[in-house]
Amino acid sequence: MTTVTKEKEPAPKQKSDVFLHYLRPKKKFPHVWCSGCGIGIVMGALIRAVDKLGLSKDEVVLVSGIGCTSRMPVYLDFNALHTTHGRALPFATGVKFAKPKMKVIVITGDGDALAIGGNHFIHACRRNIDITAILINNYIYGMTGGQGSPTTPSGAFSTTTPYGNVEKHFEPCELAKAAGATFVARTTVYHAPQMEKNIMNAIEHRGFSMIEVITNCHTYYGRLNRLGHAMSMLTWFKEKSVMLGKAKKMTEEELQDKFVIGVLHRADKTEFCDEYQKIVDAHQGGK
Amino acid sequence: MAHAERQILLGNMACVHGAIYAGMKFYAGYPITPSTEVAEGCARELPRIGGRFIQMEDEIASMGAIVGASMAGLKSMTATSGPGYSLMVENIGYAYMVEAPCVIVNVQRGGPSTGLPTKVSQSDTMQARWGPHGDFTAIAVAPSTVADTVTETIRAFNLAERFRTPVTVLLDEAIAHMREMIALPQPGEYEVIDRVKPTCDPADYVPFEPTENCVNPMPAYGEGYRYYVTGLTHDTMGFPTNRPDEIATKLKKLKCKIEDYKDEIFKLRVEKMDDAEIAFVSYGSVSRAALLAVTLARQAGVKVGSIQLHTVWPFPLDQLRDLLQNCSKVIVSELNMGQIVREVERVVQPGAEVHSLQRYDGEILTPMQLLDKLEEVLS
Repeated sequence: MTTVTKEKEPAPKQKSDVFLHYLRPKKKFPHVWCSGCGIGIVMGALIRAVDKLGLSKDEVVLVSGIGCTSRMPVYLDFNALHTTHGRALPFATGVKFAKPKMKVIVITGDGDALAIGGNHFIHACRRNIDITAILINNYIYGMTGGQGSPTTPSGAFSTTTPYGNVEKHFEPCELAKAAGATFVARTTVYHAPQMEKNIMNAIEHRGFSMIEVITNCHTYYGRLNRLGHAMSMLTWFKEKSVMLGKAKKMTEEELQDKFVIGVLHRADKTEFCDEYQKIVDAHQGGK
Repeated sequence: MAHAERQILLGNMACVHGAIYAGMKFYAGYPITPSTEVAEGCARELPRIGGRFIQMEDEIASMGAIVGASMAGLKSMTATSGPGYSLMVENIGYAYMVEAPCVIVNVQRGGPSTGLPTKVSQSDTMQARWGPHGDFTAIAVAPSTVADTVTETIRAFNLAERFRTPVTVLLDEAIAHMREMIALPQPGEYEVIDRVKPTCDPADYVPFEPTENCVNPMPAYGEGYRYYVTGLTHDTMGFPTNRPDEIATKLKKLKCKIEDYKDEIFKLRVEKMDDAEIAFVSYGSVSRAALLAVTLARQAGVKVGSIQLHTVWPFPLDQLRDLLQNCSKVIVSELNMGQIVREVERVVQPGAEVHSLQRYDGEILTPMQLLDKLEEVLS
């Protein structure tokens, strides 16, 4: 029931042309993000991952919700669906289920995916539908001006936690794993090559994949919590990150306040669209 | 699917069969009384025709999923009742903005809030028009029998595809849970309209360019036409805009594509109106009572007629103005506290009386109640 038109023109060979090939020809820059924002690094890693996988632009659907992250599809020359706040995953579920051959990638943020979209997030994980969600976690609402989010750590400052956050925060990777996602990875914008590899692996994985990318919002989170500008936040990510292999040899105490990065969880489970297709194959035309 | 023989069918199942006749291939929904049989019917029937059914985590997600499926090229539908429709309103607004064809069935029950899950109502009539925030023009149709639940659902899909817009089917609990003897339509008996697809070179595709009828050809994902779809107010390329001229152009397009072609949308059932001095105006299950009331009143020599609104939105102002020009009294009967009556008040001749017959206790309006009201306005 699905036909994916392959593009006539081959993907560019020159490394420098890769970005131009994937940027929308009719959309003019500058982009909306603050200078030094980590979302651009994620966009770069996504472009390189798609390019290395040899996917055609026609077979990719990029779906987003609302927030700083959601503006990414406007710049990338894929099929795009910029939806409502928190709802990217349900729209993406509709696209994927209607046309399972499409590669559906969701770009979301910590507020979008875990607050207003929290219910959709856990159910997309549970269904194990073959969607790749890139959750760009900057610990704060950037677009609306620095309000606390579900990942804002206890005690941290935001414009709605001016005396420090009294709430507990979500760990997106643990949540995804517990809810049934079958590929879960964490990385940071400091670790761009690793991020690129994670995205490639996630797209290739048959099932629901979630990559948490820890990102700097120096404009709000950095400023309100005295973490400095973009570069000092990147240095902070570098110093706080521990590769999964190394983390396994460390004690819980040593891992306090550290980001464990790498592919944290992988499971082999049946995929939603595949399972439904079996039902169609068994019952189509019959009673 | 289609059977020539007559069968006893539930209203909600008639909706399922109408949708499949019209080409529905995708259903996403969340269980809610009194609409649940629509979901159950789709869960059973869709795999048999190679379609897809998914039960989502809530109504917000259901509405999102059918818009996603619509953009991917499938005719899609969801069904719910008032509380669920309230949740869907967010993404129904999105569907208006991105011009995604889809069908939302609202099997109305009493409200507000959880209200009366198992009791009939027509109190979502205005919500079907004004549910989402912002300016847009809505289409809503209302069946009054199990048979026309089939045809009105077919019509809802056709209108959605023709105008690239969400269409609401305003069912009510009485019709949805009623069983009547009907014959399902044969293939070819009713026209089935499919969205127009672009034929130009993808490089030349302008997704929201001005067209003669304000409706743009719509590709499915994966067909080579990559464009940006957003709920932000957008320019002709689909990109977000803050330019006043482009904002006004987009909003005018949403209105004009329907308002300028509303003759294609209007459908009324007019009975005994030629010499009528008094008219019943109604829609949905109430129209059944109106027809019997007219027959009985005519036997008693009262010159009364009935106008049934199959198209509730856009409201057929001009048609009603013409039909009611010789009527001195109009009785608008609804299962709510008076919603469509305000539209009727706008079209009657100066000096003509508009009476509102309301019932909002969870029960149907009976022919006797309409006759009692007729007697009251005549005395």
